[in-house]
Amino acid sequence: MSKDSSIQHMMSYKQLALVLISLLILTGVTVGVSYVHMGIFNVPIALGIACFKVSLVLLFFMHLKYESIAIKVSFLSTVGFLAIMISFTFWDVAYR
Amino acid sequence: MSDVKSFFDTPAPAHLTGIKAWLLTHDHKRLAIMYLWAVMFWFTVAIILGLLIRIELMSIGPTIMGAKLYNSAFTLHGVIMIFLFIIPAIPAIFGNFILPIQLGADDVFFPRLNLLSWYLYMLGGLLAIVSLFTGGGFPDTGWTFYVPFSVTTNHSVPLTLTAAFILGMSSMLTGLNFITTVHRMRVKEMGWMQIPLFTWSLYATGWVQLLATPVISITLLLVIFERAFGIGLFDPDKGGDPVLYQHLFWMYSHPVVYVMILPGMGIISEVIPTFSRKAIFGYKAIVWSSMGIAVAGSLVWAHHMYTSGISDTAVFIFSLLTYLVAIPTAIKVFSWVATLYKASIEMTPPLLYALIFIYLFTVGGLTGLVIGAAGTNIHVHDTQFIVAHFHFTMFGGAGFAFFAGLHFWWPKMFGVMYNIKKAYIAATLITVGFMFHYVPMFVLGMMGMPRRYFDYLPQFAQGNALAGIGGIIMVIGLLLMLYNLVMSLREKVVAPENPWGGVTLEWSVPSPPPVHNFVTAPSVKDYPYDFSEVLKKAAQS
Amino acid sequence: MNKPIDFIGIRLGMWLFLYSEIILFGGMFVLYAAYFHAYPTDFVEGGRQLNRVIGAINTIILLLSSFTVAASITAIRLGSKKLSLSLIGFSFICGIVFLINKYFEWGAKFHHDIYPNSETLINGPPGQNIFFGLYYVITGLHGLHVIIGMTLLAISFVLVASNKIHAERFAMLENSGLYWHLVDLIWIFVFPLFYLVL
Repeated sequence: MSKDSSIQHMMSYKQLALVLISLLILTGVTVGVSYVHMGIFNVPIALGIACFKVSLVLLFFMHLKYESIAIKVSFLSTVGFLAIMISFTFWDVAYR
Repeated sequence: MSDVKSFFDTPAPAHLTGIKAWLLTHDHKRLAIMYLWAVMFWFTVAIILGLLIRIELMSIGPTIMGAKLYNSAFTLHGVIMIFLFIIPAIPAIFGNFILPIQLGADDVFFPRLNLLSWYLYMLGGLLAIVSLFTGGGFPDTGWTFYVPFSVTTNHSVPLTLTAAFILGMSSMLTGLNFITTVHRMRVKEMGWMQIPLFTWSLYATGWVQLLATPVISITLLLVIFERAFGIGLFDPDKGGDPVLYQHLFWMYSHPVVYVMILPGMGIISEVIPTFSRKAIFGYKAIVWSSMGIAVAGSLVWAHHMYTSGISDTAVFIFSLLTYLVAIPTAIKVFSWVATLYKASIEMTPPLLYALIFIYLFTVGGLTGLVIGAAGTNIHVHDTQFIVAHFHFTMFGGAGFAFFAGLHFWWPKMFGVMYNIKKAYIAATLITVGFMFHYVPMFVLGMMGMPRRYFDYLPQFAQGNALAGIGGIIMVIGLLLMLYNLVMSLREKVVAPENPWGGVTLEWSVPSPPPVHNFVTAPSVKDYPYDFSEVLKKAAQS
Repeated sequence: MNKPIDFIGIRLGMWLFLYSEIILFGGMFVLYAAYFHAYPTDFVEGGRQLNRVIGAINTIILLLSSFTVAASITAIRLGSKKLSLSLIGFSFICGIVFLINKYFEWGAKFHHDIYPNSETLINGPPGQNIFFGLYYVITGLHGLHVIIGMTLLAISFVLVASNKIHAERFAMLENSGLYWHLVDLIWIFVFPLFYLVL
């Protein structure tokens, strides 16, 4: 079953290493930025970098990039549900 | 069909014998039967508890129990009915039995995980029993476990919470199993729009189970942590906000009412076309409304909290969103009614239950609009009106759908037919009792009688007495129904392969089915509710 | 019935399970967001008291181990069993180092009388109590997931060693890897939310 679609895409060592290096650089950046005081902007920047790192882990380490459409869509739905959980709570806590 | 060995006579895995063939089985049908008995046990316990509660309320002052015992009794009734009966009933029993067959598969995708789910269910039930006799007795918090009371009461809350946690896990794993099965185990010819509606509804339910259940898991864990370590996450003295507990709790517990009702709607969508001998009206609309309910149901949780001190903005938005859920629900109801229109209806017990379902569920849904609107909600909040609404949707809805399913698939599961006449009598008794039981509660609620009180003022006496009598009639009906079903196993009136003239795949296999379900390869119709062959056969005979 | 094993289905099941884990932590993040909104300055103060360097080291440890787990799957598929075993072993050790770090970090905080229901927290500003309450619950729960992930890695290690996992059949290793990546993923968010809110 060599050409079977159920066979998972394989990442080469080189690709994985590249992803690792970018993740380490991003970690350095986010720690470095935290020493610079930018008031309100620190949190969105830190979270933005975290999102970027998480995307790298998901897409390459976890092969999400090569998965079927069902997994991609359902993953996004999960993230969407999480976003609703947090944002809808703010209809309450932000306007109390 | 005596030439085919049924799954009752064929252990799976094959080397198991005796009791092990049941306790270690991987067969989805055996697991369904095991769930059936366990669920029925809890259902009976909770019915009796509910009856005791109503008898207590039949007269003013302590009648058969005191205030403390009453608090534990209604909590126990709620916890059992929700976590041990309605949530698992339809998915775990009929889902396990029917879903793989409707898809043309020989089992669910993860059979061993399925067995694990059953054990988790049993363990959760066992812990609930243990918590009755340990600590300060069964919790007196109500099934909602609201902080701060659940943190401070000396009753054995942590154990009950652990039980609920484990039961949630069992339900979640069942959902996971069904989703994977629907995606990967369909026979090749079956496209998404050829999946029977019961399976579709379980698929939508699976997503709600999977995504909502973890929220309750973490919430219950937090209450356990609070009791153990006194962190103060929900304690205003320590900077916490108790309303956030309610947010988290309803983030799960609102979607979960759709875990209870969606599979019920699925059963009705099978029963109605079968006895109308007619393709279901709006197949695709029903499919999408199932998914629509699953999505919309997770947007509206704060409508349980209008009087908790949430912001006016939140009240406004959640009230608006709540009305959205009415749309997909109404689509289903109209589709069922349209299916019945000009159909050649054959009356049977499952259809009778389905028709009663439509009526009771509609009443439940419409009273839901009364409490979904922020203004009227404040008048009836935390009164008997809420109790009546909830039981109309959950018992009149999910419960009656469960009974419809029970009478619909009983011959398939056991290969025997129950006494039709007794089934009609039972259904009538249950319904009449139901109306006398719950309608007075609507009135009592409008008059201002609060829920969860074990005593009341003289002006509520008449309504409570009436509700108690209704409750007794209803319980007699329920016991007759169960008795009738159990007796059918003894009298062994053999049921044919397809007693109702159904067209989905489960009616093409022997009753009860063999261990791998299909004797010949399943043949999928272009459209799942094509009755032309059934009608042709009927015309010939 | 002997059917070919459906690897896509097994992976789908694992992903579904991961969704539930994401939402489990999601409930905690709801609390974090709401309380951050209520007590922004106390959260910043609390973040200052956590050691950024240990947090960063733990991040790097988890990222490294994620890489080695991913590489071990590539190794097993290319047929190099020994390399795969050592990569899984390395990841497992990373997990241990992570937990040891966490142990010292928690220990230092306990030493400073900062733990649930401690005098300092009860009498201090309420926002600080909430910050450290969330810190202990979330990192504690995360630590528990590290232990579960390590258990899965250990099982995979044994299965690879006994040739039950090989180039044609590696779903178990792949799923353990997915779980390990999830642990990493949660940490990537926990790190800035607690150590870098300044």
